[in-house]
Amino acid sequence: MNIQFREQSGAAASAASKTVVTTAIADCDIHPARATATELHPFLAKRWHEHLAIFGKHPYQGMMEGPPYPKAQPNASRRDAYPPEGGPQGSSLSFMQQQHLDPNNVVLGVLNPLGTGQGIRNHELATAICSAINDWQIDKWTSKDSRLKGSIVVANEDGPSAAAEIRKRAGDKNFVQVLLLSRTVEPLGQRRYWPIYEAAEEVGLPVGVHAFGFGGNPITASGWPSFYIEEMVGHSQCQQAVLASLVLEGVFERYPRLKMIMIEAGFGWAPSLSWRLDKNWKRLRDEVPHLKRLPSETIRDHIWWTTQPMEDPERRDHLLELIEWIGWDRLLFATDYPHWDFDEPSRVLPPGISEVNREAFYLNNAVKLYGLA
Amino acid sequence: MTSPIAGGVDCDLHPAIPHLTSLLPYLDDYWRDQVTTRGMTDLISQSYPPNSPISARPDWRPATGKPGSNLAELRAQALDPFGVRFGICNPLFGVQMVFSEDMAVAFARALNDWLVKEWLDKDDRLRGSIVIPLQSVEQSVVEIERCAQDKRFVQVLMLVMGDMPLGKRAYWPIYATAERLGLPIGIHAGSSYHNPPTSVGWGSYHIEDYVAQAQAFQTQLTSLIVEGVFARHPNLKMVMLESGFTWLPPYLWRLHKFWRGIRMETPWVDRAPLEIVRSNIRFSLQPVDAPAEPEVLNRLFDHMQSDELLLFSTDYPHWQFDGDAALPEGLSDDLVKKIMIDNPFATYTRLKEPVAQETMP
Repeated sequence: MNIQFREQSGAAASAASKTVVTTAIADCDIHPARATATELHPFLAKRWHEHLAIFGKHPYQGMMEGPPYPKAQPNASRRDAYPPEGGPQGSSLSFMQQQHLDPNNVVLGVLNPLGTGQGIRNHELATAICSAINDWQIDKWTSKDSRLKGSIVVANEDGPSAAAEIRKRAGDKNFVQVLLLSRTVEPLGQRRYWPIYEAAEEVGLPVGVHAFGFGGNPITASGWPSFYIEEMVGHSQCQQAVLASLVLEGVFERYPRLKMIMIEAGFGWAPSLSWRLDKNWKRLRDEVPHLKRLPSETIRDHIWWTTQPMEDPERRDHLLELIEWIGWDRLLFATDYPHWDFDEPSRVLPPGISEVNREAFYLNNAVKLYGLA
Repeated sequence: MTSPIAGGVDCDLHPAIPHLTSLLPYLDDYWRDQVTTRGMTDLISQSYPPNSPISARPDWRPATGKPGSNLAELRAQALDPFGVRFGICNPLFGVQMVFSEDMAVAFARALNDWLVKEWLDKDDRLRGSIVIPLQSVEQSVVEIERCAQDKRFVQVLMLVMGDMPLGKRAYWPIYATAERLGLPIGIHAGSSYHNPPTSVGWGSYHIEDYVAQAQAFQTQLTSLIVEGVFARHPNLKMVMLESGFTWLPPYLWRLHKFWRGIRMETPWVDRAPLEIVRSNIRFSLQPVDAPAEPEVLNRLFDHMQSDELLLFSTDYPHWQFDGDAALPEGLSDDLVKKIMIDNPFATYTRLKEPVAQETMP
């Protein structure tokens, strides 16, 4: 991570556009960006152009511009990912194709737009921006490259309007999942979010929960930490709380066909959290009588994980044991392009893995989960 | 089951204060008057509702009173059956929850004096942790220095969920004092509830809070490491109490990866997080959040890549295991000796020092 991967100019650029990864892969976490601040305007009512210019987004955090913790790189993105025509990293389809999709043999790329209408206190504005982002994904990305699939971005703090947006996109093959962010006002298992799950189950789409976002709560149970690294590492603790809430509130009892994906929050914590939930459920099940099964079984049946940033043990065999505990059929390869902590597809897995597991990890699990077989 | 060996140390016992009024003899006139005149109620934390199944094992639950409030029962149920040479008392009383600095100082001081008189003086196997009024760092230092004169206090006790991340520089005078006096910092499960227990706010259930303790330990370890506490205080030991430990390896793999990626943000972190944990951080044994199969647990021990991290604990009277199975199945004799004897004595160096019966000021 945090290194220059490939030269992007001159002779090297033409070399980079050739396929260097021979296995076809799915990248389940790609971040498309807007080239300009006004790129959404064609999809947004005029009143919101003015509103945004005067009042800003008014999110559940203090900064008018920029994140609370300055990122490690500009836009949290690779320095070699600026498009030659200008604009921030991830804002050019042709450069994304040239730098990432073609050379890395990406046959399925799932778009997860960030910095949208999620985590905004004005829910009407949130709904408008999310809907605009969804139109923009079709217009700029999925209609132009059939490898790319969009995520239905929804106003995650407003269950009913989020559900309406999901139903509006029902059956639209440009989209393969509903996208939520992990940092919410309340834990995602709580009832205010249930209309989202009901709609997703109804239209037959999985719900992805991507790390990050703004919900007003500090990322530690002891308040706000000092450093960016604490927020980055902390996303995995946040995601554990999210998953615990989803399980303990009985979301999967109520929506038995719902599938969820934990995106960019690691997966190494999954076995330990499952064991801890199981152990305490056995002691405390009287408090949660709506739960009929061991939490670990619910997690095994309903949850998938994207891989980036892969946990990186000193001994690679430890990683393989960990994956055995989770299940090779539950991991979805992701690079996080164009972000700085990109996982290089050719380097993430050690040798000695069966062909079936390797293909499941890189491609087949995603194709199956997203119903693209 | 794996049999315990004699001469060990139980690093996490919870003697309970029967009621706030039990502290009256240890309060000064002003606070005694405040407690009675204002009709203050008992300081029971939501972290451990007394009637919750996790707060007391069914066969350790007394007929009357709070679990853990009876010395004879603690002897019969924890000290004797596991044949320990020492048991470390970590009182969980809600002094961390109060908002007044002055009140917290008075109650913490009374609590520590109560522990000496009602427990440490009555069984020479018992050792204590100094409960500090973290609402005031200055007064916390005063209380540590006062109690540390009694060598039976072997550690300073903090909660894992509080007002600020524990690595924050404001807390460093506490760490400097602890390091100077040879006291590890024990960080125990529990919350002041001054912040929501998760990064997504308040969950609905007690079980959710309890599960979340493990995540709180993870964020605190990150804070302590990246703020540079162990670069400044290389001899300071910290013990994660009732934290669980099966989360540790994958947590460290993630922290290590990000540290390599963005160490320029915290250049004072002079060693890899993995190394810092191995040299400065320890974990109590219970709870063991793992399946019962010894094969899985032994893989987890291998993932930890050190046999020096765990310290024996029963977490008495909390319900973490049944019968005598404090040590999980399948541990080697060597590892049992490490966990029960070698590791605790290496961590709590005061356990080896002679105890003079001095009176604290």
